[in-house]
Amino acid sequence: MTPDELKIRLEALGPDTQVEVDDLTGTQNHYQATIESSVFEGKSMIQQHQMVYALVKEEMASNEVHALSLKTSVPKKG
Amino acid sequence: MMNDQTKTKIESFISSKPVVLFMKGSPEFPMCGFSAKVVELLASTGMDRNQLASLDVLEDPEVREGIKEFSSWPTLPQLYVKGQFIGGCDIVMDLAEKGELSDLVSEFK
Repeated sequence: MTPDELKIRLEALGPDTQVEVDDLTGTQNHYQATIESSVFEGKSMIQQHQMVYALVKEEMASNEVHALSLKTSVPKKG
Repeated sequence: MMNDQTKTKIESFISSKPVVLFMKGSPEFPMCGFSAKVVELLASTGMDRNQLASLDVLEDPEVREGIKEFSSWPTLPQLYVKGQFIGGCDIVMDLAEKGELSDLVSEFK
């Protein structure tokens, strides 16, 4: 899975989703994603991460994506 | 799909100790950077090592897959405190940074 593919996949979370993807090892299977989206509003960190992992469930199960470290947040208002 | 036997094994292991860690390798010989990080963070809280139970999923492929379904969390390590899923390496690191990890395990010092 290429960084761009991952970015597009994660942007599907919601219209105002901002995604930054870093390929940690250059092998396109150890990623860090920094995601800001209003869909995370009112959700615990675990729930936020579970929402993200659900989008790449097959790739993680097949180990195509071996590690996906997440930094999730809600956009600041005003 | 996970069979009942694996599910029961996971459930009983989670309730075997107040702090439970499904990881790759063991606390003494972690076999993955993320697992090693969580072990290190738990140790830095000063919690009593006897209150921690860890399971090496590399030696138990059924639990290795079953635990992901059990917590609907796709990766390892996975930390549980008093039977409740806390999270993986990211979340444990975030809790540690905020000082919340030691609060979580403070009664087990």
